[in-house]
Amino acid sequence: MTNSWTDIKNTDLVVVMGGNAAEAHPCGFKWVTEAKANRGAKLIVVDPRFTRTASVADYYAPIRQGTDIAFLLGVINYCIRNDKVQWEYVKNFTNAAFVVKEGFGWQDGLFTGYDEQKRDYNRSTWDYEIGPDGFAVVDETLQNPRCVWNLLKSHVSLYTPELVERICGTPKDKFLTIARMISECSSPVKTMTSMYALGWTQHSKGSQNIRSMAMLQLILGNIGVRGGGMNALRGHSNIQGLTDIGLMSNLIPGYLTIPTEREPSFDAYMSTRGFKPLRPNQMSYWQNYRKFFVSFQKAMWGDAATPENSFAYDWLPKLDVPAYDVLRAFELMHQGKMNGYFCQGFNPLLSFPNRKKITSALSKLKFLVVMDPLQTETARFWENHGANNDVDPSKIQTEVIELPTTCFAEDEGSLTNSGRWLQWHWPGGSPPGEAKTDAWIMAQIHLRLKELYRKEGGKVPEPIVNLDWRYKDPHEPTAEELAKELNGYVVSDVPDPSDPTKTLLTKGKQVVSFAALRDDGSTACGCWIYSGCFNEAGNNMARRDTSDPDDTGAYLKWSWSWPVNRRILYNRASSDLQGKPWDESRKLLWWDGAKWTGYDVPDIAPTAKPDTVMPFIMNPEGTSRLFTRAMMRDGPFPSHYEPFESPVVNVVAPKVRGNPVARVFRNDFEQFGDAKEFPYAATSYRLTEHFHFWTKHAHANAVLQPEFFVEISEELAKEKGIEKGGTVRVWSKRGSVTAKAVVTKRIKPLTCDGKTVHIVGIPLHWGFTGAARKGFGPNSLTPFVGDANIETPEYKAFLVDIEPVAGPVA
Amino acid sequence: MNMELSRRGFLAGAGAGLAGTTLGAFGFGDVEAAHAAAIRPFKLANTAEARNTCTYCSVACGIIIYSKGDLKKGEKAEIVNIEGDADHPTNRGTLCPKGAALRDVVHAKTRTLHPQIRKAGSDKFERVSWDQALDRIARLMKDDRDQNIVLKNNDGVTVNRWTTTGFLAASATTNETAWATYKVVRSTGMVAFDNQARV
Repeated sequence: MTNSWTDIKNTDLVVVMGGNAAEAHPCGFKWVTEAKANRGAKLIVVDPRFTRTASVADYYAPIRQGTDIAFLLGVINYCIRNDKVQWEYVKNFTNAAFVVKEGFGWQDGLFTGYDEQKRDYNRSTWDYEIGPDGFAVVDETLQNPRCVWNLLKSHVSLYTPELVERICGTPKDKFLTIARMISECSSPVKTMTSMYALGWTQHSKGSQNIRSMAMLQLILGNIGVRGGGMNALRGHSNIQGLTDIGLMSNLIPGYLTIPTEREPSFDAYMSTRGFKPLRPNQMSYWQNYRKFFVSFQKAMWGDAATPENSFAYDWLPKLDVPAYDVLRAFELMHQGKMNGYFCQGFNPLLSFPNRKKITSALSKLKFLVVMDPLQTETARFWENHGANNDVDPSKIQTEVIELPTTCFAEDEGSLTNSGRWLQWHWPGGSPPGEAKTDAWIMAQIHLRLKELYRKEGGKVPEPIVNLDWRYKDPHEPTAEELAKELNGYVVSDVPDPSDPTKTLLTKGKQVVSFAALRDDGSTACGCWIYSGCFNEAGNNMARRDTSDPDDTGAYLKWSWSWPVNRRILYNRASSDLQGKPWDESRKLLWWDGAKWTGYDVPDIAPTAKPDTVMPFIMNPEGTSRLFTRAMMRDGPFPSHYEPFESPVVNVVAPKVRGNPVARVFRNDFEQFGDAKEFPYAATSYRLTEHFHFWTKHAHANAVLQPEFFVEISEELAKEKGIEKGGTVRVWSKRGSVTAKAVVTKRIKPLTCDGKTVHIVGIPLHWGFTGAARKGFGPNSLTPFVGDANIETPEYKAFLVDIEPVAGPVA
Repeated sequence: MNMELSRRGFLAGAGAGLAGTTLGAFGFGDVEAAHAAAIRPFKLANTAEARNTCTYCSVACGIIIYSKGDLKKGEKAEIVNIEGDADHPTNRGTLCPKGAALRDVVHAKTRTLHPQIRKAGSDKFERVSWDQALDRIARLMKDDRDQNIVLKNNDGVTVNRWTTTGFLAASATTNETAWATYKVVRSTGMVAFDNQARV
């Protein structure tokens, strides 16, 4: 989230698309209710199903899953055509005026530079024209036909209300009502918030779904203001933290990146990470990259990371592919190229697409280690459970080691919520049986490996034996010790440049924030964006002061939020070019003549002049981006693509299947179905009574929603002769499941390009362990393909067929 | 704790004040005493409290865990109740159908209780000690790493890349656990490293 849950109360309009907050995030959704009750805010829901969020909406419109980009570009087109633009914001705070290189264009659904063989673009034309002064060329009059604004205007002109209806199945009048409601938020005194979740991410173009809305929010001037923002509701309780700390193939904590093999030396690595400003006087804060990186290396390898060995640069792995994401990992496993796998609190047998492939991949491993508080299906993938897990254990040679871990109630530490608040928690109960904390288990693995390398030698032992592990009890680092490392500390004294008798930084002290980090090895910091969470003032994440001056919803003294306790990102954009709030009744940060002041920690240098330094300090432009240059693989603007399995042909680009640059492994292409064979558009979703595959282990939740079902419309039920509560078989090109049929009015057939499209809803909470009845999940059916930029699997749009079958004998 | 009266403290205080003044002023002293004697002692009165966060979604509602036995005193603690934290700015004491049933997941019959190993081709798990399980894991890891880590690519560039063992991290563990996990996994050169954020 750019903002926070409690900030939603400040909004005038809530748009829920790609999420269902009333069911999936009920206690956060209360802030929508607050905004409705106290500000007269309106709620719009656009979803294939009439969800519980829709049931309390002021306006609902249906949409076919996988067509959100067409809808949103349609809204942008509407705003531009009707002059519903926050012009001062767009001209100054976005890259609308930047001039794009000659040669860039878009035709037949593809941007310039497409290579069909490689399924990739040569993105060299997707960039700004650079002037003789070394800065990007801009045309503040927006007259240049190649400026971002004019390119955008032309790019979205295709998406008329009529085309939106053809693609999305959203009736034109409903689309126009919503476009009108949204466009009113272009007023500087009206804000809109976007609340979205996996309904937008789980598509082969998920990143561009989100970008489309982010662009719309910029055009309306809704980023950096109270009640505005792009608010990813997010899933698990610490999904934000795990992402921030970079537990991903290609990440270093704080969104730094793991080197590739094209960067053989630290100098080569840094040569593409200079982040030179693209406009005069801009902060381009990533210019501090080297300080964050060196401090991270010091946190990893302590005294062994020295200037002489380039701070142990060689000890980081160098990637040969963009990332070994989970889809690639399971593809390699399936090819027999992986031997070992660890699942820490993760249940891939039910979480990853094409379950048949997942089972087959796990069966080829030599060993699988599962660390979990609950008995997961993954740990038992080899166990026969009849139709629910039809395998022959004697044919599976994988050795499986299951380790019992503590759960939240038995562990101490911080979790980062979707609003970026790091909240500390304390244990309340003793672990059951022999369960141990994950930190203890990781320490044991590390200490044993280190011991083996010391005793036996082996390949490149240095990064393991030199890992900085100076904890009071090396067998179990405490949460406080680890949090202090994340915050960062001073490795060696740094003299004060103005008075050499004093020290600027004193060895052994916690750094106050990332502003103190250095690139010479004198500071260490595990995760620069978390710096400030546990400094010399103490554990800021444990703060519990509920004061909130003027009821802005900021709660600056409750827990701690990254970065530097800032609650609303880009908050300098809440004021105009003179530093005066756009909306006096909802002011957030303003210029007092000498410095920035307000209700939040300024997201700008405190004395940076308002008409000189622009608000988007992380970007070399100083502005936000309506055009992303070459930063995304599938285009500098979003463009409508159908899901890989779609009931209709892409009317914008009939020749293009799916996202043209999404990575598809060869065998998976053969496993895509088409609409002739599989006529119905399926989607997956969650229920309010369940959380993924955990709550089926909790008695109360297992009672509340005991059994796997699929949800279909009355029309489809009639057409197929399916009875309410009857049993159905649903199958795709990859698998088949049986389920109870829930026939509802919540789903209605859509008409897309003259064709009737029926939707099948498939919730995801059942498996073969726990207290609920045994069942299946959507992953038995879904395709093995991910988003082109970040490989999130396409769970929300795929094709199935359905038929009634005889139910189980009572 | 906030120096101002907390929301939860305020509610408790308001109730007591009413009993002490209104009823007393109307001369119902005896009734009040009899009434007080008939009230069952508050079940949570002798429990230890711990502030925690709901484990499910990323709204991160504040919760209070009540236990028999106090961990802070080094005692064994059994969780008897979990409820919403009325002082928490986001949820203000409320919980959803998942959060309200948190105690059931803590005490689920299907929690894993001890390390166990399923051998190749077997149809069952066999209980082992922590030492056996961890020694085995370290052995399997080292053998695979020594055999398969790529030290240099074809161009002679040092890559120290271990692709044949992977690690899938949780997304409900703490940041501190995540950091410990990051250090241990990264130090081995493992690259098939991922977490729930992607799905």
